[in-house]
Amino acid sequence: MSKNLRINKNNFIDQTIRISFKFNGQKLFGFKGDTLASALLANNIHLVGRSFKYHRPRGIMTCGSEEPNAIVQIGNDPSSTEPNVRATEVELYEGLEAFSQNCWPSVNFDIGGINNFLSPLLPAGFYYKTFMWPASFWEKYEFFIRHSAGLGKSPTKPDTDLYDHQYAHCDVLIIGGGISGILSAKLAAEKGLNTILIDDKNYLGGSTIYQEDDCFKINNDTSNKWLKKEIDNLKNYPNLLIKNRTSLAAFHGYNYLLARENLTDHLNANERKNKIRQRLWKIRAKKVVIATGSIERPLIFNNNDRPGILLSSSIKKYIDFFGVKSGNEISLFTNNDSAYETAISLNKSGVKVNTIIDIRENSTSLLVKKVQKIGINILWGHTIVNTNGYKRIKSINVQKLSADGESVVGKKIKINCDCLGMSGGWTPMVHLFTQSGGKLKFKDKDYIFIPDMNKSPSSQISVGSCNGNFELDDLITNTIKNIKIFLDLDKTIYDSLNVVCSKETEKRNIWLLPSDKQLSKTKPFLDFQNDSTAKDIKLALREGFKSIEHVKRYTTTGMGTDQGKLSNMHALGIIADTTGTNMGDLGTTTFRPPFTPLTFGSIVGRNVGEFFDHTRKTAIHDWHVENNAKFENVGQWKRAWYFPENNETMFQAVQRESKAARDGAGILDASTLGKIDIQGTDASEFLNRVYTNAWSKLAIGKCRYGLMLNEDGMVYDDGVTTRLGENHYIMTTTTGGAANVLSKLEDYLQTEWPELDVYLTTVTDQYSTISICGPRSKNIVKKIIPDLDLSDANFPHMSFKNSKIDNVNCRVMRISFTGEHSYEINIQSNYAKDVWIKCMEAGKEFNITPYGTETMHLLRAEKGFIITGQDTDGTLTPSDLQMDWIIGKKKYDFIGKRSLYRSDTIREDRKQLVGLLTEDPLEVLEEGAQLVEDINKKPVEMLGHVTSSYFSPNLKKSIALAVVRSGKKMKGKKLIVPMENKNINVTITDTVFYDKENKRLNA
Amino acid sequence: MFIINCPYCGERDQSEFSCGGEAHIERPKQPTELSDDQWAEYLFMRKNIKGIQFERWNHAHGCRKWFNVVRDTSNDKIHAIYKMGERPPLK
Ligand SMILES: [Zn+2]
Repeated sequence: MSKNLRINKNNFIDQTIRISFKFNGQKLFGFKGDTLASALLANNIHLVGRSFKYHRPRGIMTCGSEEPNAIVQIGNDPSSTEPNVRATEVELYEGLEAFSQNCWPSVNFDIGGINNFLSPLLPAGFYYKTFMWPASFWEKYEFFIRHSAGLGKSPTKPDTDLYDHQYAHCDVLIIGGGISGILSAKLAAEKGLNTILIDDKNYLGGSTIYQEDDCFKINNDTSNKWLKKEIDNLKNYPNLLIKNRTSLAAFHGYNYLLARENLTDHLNANERKNKIRQRLWKIRAKKVVIATGSIERPLIFNNNDRPGILLSSSIKKYIDFFGVKSGNEISLFTNNDSAYETAISLNKSGVKVNTIIDIRENSTSLLVKKVQKIGINILWGHTIVNTNGYKRIKSINVQKLSADGESVVGKKIKINCDCLGMSGGWTPMVHLFTQSGGKLKFKDKDYIFIPDMNKSPSSQISVGSCNGNFELDDLITNTIKNIKIFLDLDKTIYDSLNVVCSKETEKRNIWLLPSDKQLSKTKPFLDFQNDSTAKDIKLALREGFKSIEHVKRYTTTGMGTDQGKLSNMHALGIIADTTGTNMGDLGTTTFRPPFTPLTFGSIVGRNVGEFFDHTRKTAIHDWHVENNAKFENVGQWKRAWYFPENNETMFQAVQRESKAARDGAGILDASTLGKIDIQGTDASEFLNRVYTNAWSKLAIGKCRYGLMLNEDGMVYDDGVTTRLGENHYIMTTTTGGAANVLSKLEDYLQTEWPELDVYLTTVTDQYSTISICGPRSKNIVKKIIPDLDLSDANFPHMSFKNSKIDNVNCRVMRISFTGEHSYEINIQSNYAKDVWIKCMEAGKEFNITPYGTETMHLLRAEKGFIITGQDTDGTLTPSDLQMDWIIGKKKYDFIGKRSLYRSDTIREDRKQLVGLLTEDPLEVLEEGAQLVEDINKKPVEMLGHVTSSYFSPNLKKSIALAVVRSGKKMKGKKLIVPMENKNINVTITDTVFYDKENKRLNA
Repeated sequence: MFIINCPYCGERDQSEFSCGGEAHIERPKQPTELSDDQWAEYLFMRKNIKGIQFERWNHAHGCRKWFNVVRDTSNDKIHAIYKMGERPPLK
């Protein structure tokens, strides 16, 4: 430890509890109540990092969330280390370890610092201009950028901390616990409203709580004493919830807000154990009071970024709140009265303030008079033209400003100092107001954007300095006046407050302060985190950028993790000055949530581990697991994919299953197919309108395949629907389409055809479906349901019977998706697994073979049956699929009918479904492979692609389905499937490969 | 994240609902009598207004009923909600 920079003062810091911590491996001490930044300053450490682009030494600049420079890595545990943390917001705890970022090999010797000397080569847009070309070099550039930029390190192991979410509903939410927030909270609580007050600090009272100065009095007490009493008194309201260490992250519409509460980040490792680290509050507030205050602006002058240069108000907080001297010989540079408050505080604590450089010509406020009385030297109408000192400021050069403020005149004065405070005025924190949809207006007199109350979302109000009220008396009067209207209050406890304060008498604002050197030879930093200077803004304007949003991206101004909280206003000001635009007309860039970065942990809360999405399993799932099934995900469903035996590969298993299903019997769990129960006197008419084919004449007990289109004529879904009774149908849909089909049908029923008497109920989960196919399927079903007459005459293909298995009702359909003689048993899901096992036992003698979705796909491809979503992609009409037979030509209307003869849908060169056979029958095509006719004509014209492809064990050759331009007319044509290392010759065929006469359905 | 007052269930979070786009686009009663252009007008053309828009909404994770909402798309303010088939409030 070098010099002790701590003064004896115990209001906020407990100097009896010493805390040890490490910074870059060096063991240091601080006190309970310190932030990492205040403890470092107390140890005379300003230099904490290197800047992003030029690797210039950078020091602590602020005391809050706007900090651009003092960005550190906390901890080095691979599961909990946290990068990009602002040292100004880290509460000190025993054992804290922090590291500088963005410097290699160390903060004191940084190789990237050479960029500082190369800086004429690194202007705005440098990365865009340099690293764009040639594209093949990008990997090399990326390595260079990453190595030298070196933002913090992400944790490499899973986060072991606990995070939580909590909902809160309240009458009034107050954001910000400064004086205006406290006044608002008290008024709301006094009225009996259910109130929440949040503040990101670990104490309440904002900057007023340490404003101990007789220039600022409320009811004859200094403002801090008066406010302290008010805060102590808040405990008496049971209807007021106060949340400290809670920062508002996002303000969404309808007063829905997200706030993150830090619960353990200020505790040492032992105290943290088994506690929730952070809680994300999801708050729905009837009314919101934004009292987020304002932040001090820097001044933009040559070399304004050296370690030891801080915001003037931060120097004041470090001395008044933390009892830490930011230096031993301090100069202040200002354009307003705030720096004078700092000077008074420093003087009171015995710190030498050697000069105040004020760009104004004069001021006669209470504060200024008090400083003059103390005897501090004030240089009116002067500016700093340069600063000296590499790792810490050593001196400043000062010159008189010309009358127009655009140049400097007279002799250059050198002033030694080890710390410089700067104050460029105050910027209201309007981020949350704009996030919520509010629009800003420019207040010329104060050079600030403030909420435009005429363009504010309802049920919210901004009060205090975030609303542009900077003087204590205005702030209090306006806050009370506005809150009374907002909360509909009559008389309040604050109606006769007596407020005395110093009032600012003069204003002068210069966005970019001149130097004795040309602008091109200077470094007036604007965005300290992203290292962009006023020069970059001017260059961007010269290169033709006009929109503030474009200038921002080109120069990266305001694009750091601080979102340019400090200097966005200066960027705007310089653009306005350079282009001769009114600032109010320029507008601001958009402030997006989160206000300060959020951890991923707080966003996900307890939703870690398994996906939150449902996993749907059929009633027979356990049997599949026990029998070694491999599963595939179909939507939310786990479907048995194939059942390998004795180390079979997937190919071997599917070949065996496919052969067995056609030779003996196969059994498939088809329970995932969507099932919609349709009832009502208009059920038949309804089906007529939603399917392409006719339904009125379907007899009771019969089944029919239907194709459903979108209104644009494209195939949407398909499935078999059975007429159970006069006014009762059961529709099946694809597995993936079930929910969407139901929603779509509901939509039509409720909105287009409310006159139809039809009711839809999903029964997908209630019924399970066991499909048994193959030449021996009849024998098996006979054994299970002996009473059922399975003769073709009684129970032909495409019909259905009500039946019973052991007294349990079931529906048996004779329908087929494989082309084989087959049955589907639909039974209440509770009984499904037992019935499945029964089928397996009954089928044993017929070599019944369980098969999964892959075999199902293969078998239907042999028959040329489509799978919507695999062979179709929302761009194919029934005609494109060669399914013209299913269009009810005589039907007046159905969903999508009119689109079937739009000029585009009747084109003959549309992509159409065809079959493909490979020249080499053993060659299996890749699904998705392209089809071309002439491989030598460049550019090669792509005619279509393969949609389904398998090796058929029943045909002993490779088969495929494809969509090909004008495919219908191309039967017999030879095409080429070009692959990475060979060209495969194929011939276009019919889509049906197996049993073209459909003999097996009745086999 | 706005709140929608379902005419059947009451106020619920927006996440329970899905938006079905512009309202009062009636499916033509006799599509076959329309020209390609007229059918395309029904099928494809939507106003997508910035400002007051009449929309269809569905309480998808609730009662599954469709209804109409008059919403200002620039700030999500809801000006009216009425059931299917009811007369829209005058603009
Ligand atoms: Zn509802």
